[in-house]
Amino acid sequence: MKAVEVTGLTVALDDGSVIVDDVSFGLESGQVMGLVGESGSGKSTVALALLGFAKRGANITGGKVVVGGVDLLALAPNDLREARKKLIGFVPQDPATALNPAMRIGTQLTEGMLGTKKDNLPRIREVLETVGLPSDDAFLRRHPQELSGGQQQRVAIAMAVAKGPELIVFDEPTTGLDVSTQARVLEMVARLCADNGMAAVFVSHDLAVVGTVGDLVTVMYAGQILETGSREEVLLSAAHPYSIALLESVPSTRQRLPLVSIPGRAPAPGAEFEGCVFADRCAFVEDRCRESAPALVATSTGGAARCVRVDHVRRNQTMLVKEPLHSAEGRAEGDASVLSVRNLDASYGRTQVLYDMSFDVAPGECLAVVGESGSGKTTMSRCLIGLHEDHSGTFVMDGKPLPPRLRDRSKEVKQRMQYVFQNPYGSLNPRETVATAVMVPLKHFYGDRGKAARAKAQEALERVEIPWRLADRYPAELSGGQRQRVAIARALACDPSLLICDEVTSGLDVSVQASVVELLRTLQDDGLSMIFITHNLAVVRSIGDRVVVLSQGRVVESGAVESVLIDPQHPYTRGLLADTLEVDRPDPETSDLPG
Amino acid sequence: MIRTRPREQGAQAPPSNLTRRVLTSRQTRLGLIMLLGMILFTIVGPFLAPHSPTAVIAKPYASPGDGLLLGADSLGRDIVSRILSGGVNLTWMGIAATAGGVTLGTTIGLVAAFAGGIVDTLLMRVVDVLLTFPTIIMAILFVSMVGPSRILLVILVAIGLTPGMARVMRGAARPVMRREHVMWARTIGLPSRHILMREVLPSVTSPLMVEIGLRLMWSVVGLASLSFLGFGVQPPAADWGLMVSENKDGLAIQPLAVIIPAACVALFTIGGNLFAEGAARVIGRTEGARS
Amino acid sequence: MAIETTTDNAVKAAPTPGPSQRSALPWLIARRALTGLVTLWCVSVIVFVATQAMPGDVAHIILGPSASAEQVAQLNQNLGLDQPLLSQYWNWLSSVLTGDMGDSLVSGQPVSELLAERIFNSATLTAIAMVLILPLSLLVGLLAAVFRDRLLDRSYLGTSLIVTATPDFVIGSLVIALFGTVVFKVLPPVSLIPPGDVPWEHPRQLVMPLAVMVLVGVTYLSRLVRVSFIDVLESEYVQLAIIKGLPMRRILFRHALPNALAPSIPAASIMAAFTIAGSVVIEYLFAYPGIGSALVDAVAGHDLPMIQAIIMLMAVAFFCFNQLADVLGTLNKSR
Repeated sequence: MKAVEVTGLTVALDDGSVIVDDVSFGLESGQVMGLVGESGSGKSTVALALLGFAKRGANITGGKVVVGGVDLLALAPNDLREARKKLIGFVPQDPATALNPAMRIGTQLTEGMLGTKKDNLPRIREVLETVGLPSDDAFLRRHPQELSGGQQQRVAIAMAVAKGPELIVFDEPTTGLDVSTQARVLEMVARLCADNGMAAVFVSHDLAVVGTVGDLVTVMYAGQILETGSREEVLLSAAHPYSIALLESVPSTRQRLPLVSIPGRAPAPGAEFEGCVFADRCAFVEDRCRESAPALVATSTGGAARCVRVDHVRRNQTMLVKEPLHSAEGRAEGDASVLSVRNLDASYGRTQVLYDMSFDVAPGECLAVVGESGSGKTTMSRCLIGLHEDHSGTFVMDGKPLPPRLRDRSKEVKQRMQYVFQNPYGSLNPRETVATAVMVPLKHFYGDRGKAARAKAQEALERVEIPWRLADRYPAELSGGQRQRVAIARALACDPSLLICDEVTSGLDVSVQASVVELLRTLQDDGLSMIFITHNLAVVRSIGDRVVVLSQGRVVESGAVESVLIDPQHPYTRGLLADTLEVDRPDPETSDLPG
Repeated sequence: MIRTRPREQGAQAPPSNLTRRVLTSRQTRLGLIMLLGMILFTIVGPFLAPHSPTAVIAKPYASPGDGLLLGADSLGRDIVSRILSGGVNLTWMGIAATAGGVTLGTTIGLVAAFAGGIVDTLLMRVVDVLLTFPTIIMAILFVSMVGPSRILLVILVAIGLTPGMARVMRGAARPVMRREHVMWARTIGLPSRHILMREVLPSVTSPLMVEIGLRLMWSVVGLASLSFLGFGVQPPAADWGLMVSENKDGLAIQPLAVIIPAACVALFTIGGNLFAEGAARVIGRTEGARS
Repeated sequence: MAIETTTDNAVKAAPTPGPSQRSALPWLIARRALTGLVTLWCVSVIVFVATQAMPGDVAHIILGPSASAEQVAQLNQNLGLDQPLLSQYWNWLSSVLTGDMGDSLVSGQPVSELLAERIFNSATLTAIAMVLILPLSLLVGLLAAVFRDRLLDRSYLGTSLIVTATPDFVIGSLVIALFGTVVFKVLPPVSLIPPGDVPWEHPRQLVMPLAVMVLVGVTYLSRLVRVSFIDVLESEYVQLAIIKGLPMRRILFRHALPNALAPSIPAASIMAAFTIAGSVVIEYLFAYPGIGSALVDAVAGHDLPMIQAIIMLMAVAFFCFNQLADVLGTLNKSR
């Protein structure tokens, strides 16, 4: 008998729309299954349903979840509570909100266990040590807000592990963490599950993360499992067109690949389909795909995929193998830089966050600025655009000195330098249509109104591949990727010479990120200079010409992307690169380094 | 920077939707109907009154009958006529005070949030001082010396509504100031007026709508209470609040002379509250804020 | 170096309540006290301007249009109205600060003597009301939150919506009609307390005004308790507690209650402040001898020193409760 056996698990909203549709899988003791999906795929709902829990407004409407021989969904409320206590551990996404701020760590660790606090304390101390935390009384007396993010996550993991459950469910436990912390936590998760013989379900949106911890990988989309199998089967020889497309859209630190995005837009949770849920976006679609919903069929390699054309897809997917792109090289030396920054220091009140930063941006170049949270990268970009005024240092733009403060800058400067923000949901005025958003700066800078403005706006929107029929929509009616494109179009309408992109892809799903990165690359080919701020080395590899590595407010390394990522000099960069997870590539020939 | 995961909530619907959305709730529709009904009643009422509201035509507390549907009040005036005529002042004064207080409060709140720094501190200090006087005490203070002029009452109630309104709008506008579209507008140098009117104000219409309902309720409560205390509309004019206090000694003999005007005031204010709370709930449900 | 984050480093990096935070507290209190003093000074200026410095002849307003020239001159001299405004203000402020509020124009007795008993009566009424309101609000709010969207909660919300919207004098009049005069004549319709008696010697007189204050107070405060409880019940830590398999009682009282209570405490303080303003209407309605009804009488009698004293008193009390609410709120946040 398997340790965990899930069959036909179905979750519906109160209005009857199904958000998790007939999910089945089984796990042996000690096995870890990675459950991967983009936002809205229903993966977190599955994670909670494994505990017989549904959020307000949703209900588990069918199926079985058998853990340790007990069907959780058939239990009365009191028995279910006991079963949760004994059989299952849960690690939440954000421990900062999931640990009770008014209770001590020690109390929260022991309260979920059978037996008295005294009996459980030795076990708690032991587990705390295995997760690399202090186990003394002083630590147990602390409150969650006195711990760092990484420590909070370790406490949450210890809490789930301590009671020795049959199954542990991890709900995106590393999403808020830096790559280095993430690497440590994942290592620990794999070790704990193996040592204690626990089955685990690890939910994530990140293919690389799932590929690192999962013995099995399951891909979800629109509430259904589209593909499942061993890690090697799914990541190295994916059978479902969606899995293949998802893998194609993941950037790599090892080579500069063109990223392929998935056309169309992910369906809203609860959407209804006649046939295959992926048919509208699928490259291999046939008429029969739309007629009836395909079943999960075994593939030749031992996994299963929900596709009627599995064999055809498998045979033809090699066509998608990509040639590495070559980075634009040999920019004319001696060109005046678009922007040069010298000795930039910045602080918030008495805390200095940037120290003596200097760099240049050449015309047509994309300078990537990479750093972890707290490295000061966003402060730097805000200094450049004039939103953060507490700084010193000199800026020269197009050969002319650039005043540090926004109010001292000329209209022309404000037009030449444009900024795109991280959060696509906040960058557009929710009460203005797409067309108005693009026309506001046109009127402001060039006095364009009416027809002339609409024509220019249309041109800008077409450049970012937003069709004109969306012009009269409001931002709320657009997807995150579309909003980010509109924000870019709005910047382009100003005809800038320098575009500052602050983490513009980090709020987006990986397939959408691919399309935005590709768009920015085409703009760069048109000669636009760019400063691209990110925490993601793989994205740096995909788009940057030169890179500046920022750590704790100081530049630790800079140079051409190729050389820095292939042969990093500074230990920080080396560590960062080592901790950045990679999805294994199917074809080893293409990973030969260019040049 | 913690990576924010893609999320579809946080989005706000366009403006034309707000009114429509708010009116999908039965509660807000009922509230609006009650409010409009009471306003109509107070405006049309005086023309329907069978007698002059100030004419003494019967014995004090005369029972119903003899052409007087509800009898007579403490001075022998027709209760029906006084009720029909007794709301019009409350209506116009309430609406005017609300309009004044909401406009002034919103302006102060938005300017404070936008300007920040010393301007913000100064404006909020002034608001704090005003907040030290409960509306009713402030009104009594000035009315006691200047006399109960209706314009003065409107101004006083408007000033009484202002500080709370300013605080709420400042609170609502501050997160909007940190939103990317407002920062973007600043980076390209759009004029402050454009930013306030086009970028910020439309994003705070939801709390604004709720506050208008609430403030209307409070200004009517305040004005009626002042009349009841004798500092509002002065006798012999007909006014609901005044009627309650005039006739409360005869409650045992002629309870309707107290209960009906009291109920009229209550219907008016309950309408405002129904609308405000219903709107707040719809907005909370659709925009993810709490009700 | 960030990559090699060991356990020890991580522990050190975590924020601990350090000395900087503690030493900031006295500074915070000092700043708050200073702004509080400035605010109160502004209040005194407003009260003074509204009463003594209004355009028009104050003496005429007080004595009425038929007063003779001698009477006016006499009053002007008594109140010091013939002096320049600044020195009037200075004299007024300095005597207020020393506790001398002048003599009543109506009875000629010192204002402080006249008010002492009134203040005591009002404070007693408010204190009893608060003692009833706090536990009741907690209970009602908690029940409504636990039974959210069920019949109990909905009927509670409907009732509180109506009570919140209804002016105090309307509720009071209906209560009097119901229990005092028209339907059941079980309670005295007015709450006269003979001078020299303490209020609790006349419990029957207190029932109706207390009932109105408690009804209004509980509906206001319990709604805030309900909302903050619902927030907490929907929080991720309560969700995790459910997932951990903890019993409902432990979740409600150990996990939810301490977190839900925190935001309600400043609200209770704000409510106490509003009770002071509401007392004017309620005391007048029930003819209860407190400072609220004293204010109405003083205005009717144009008793200038009394008006000044009562309004200063109310503003200070109102201000203090508001400040208390602010301080409690700030403490909450910093925790």
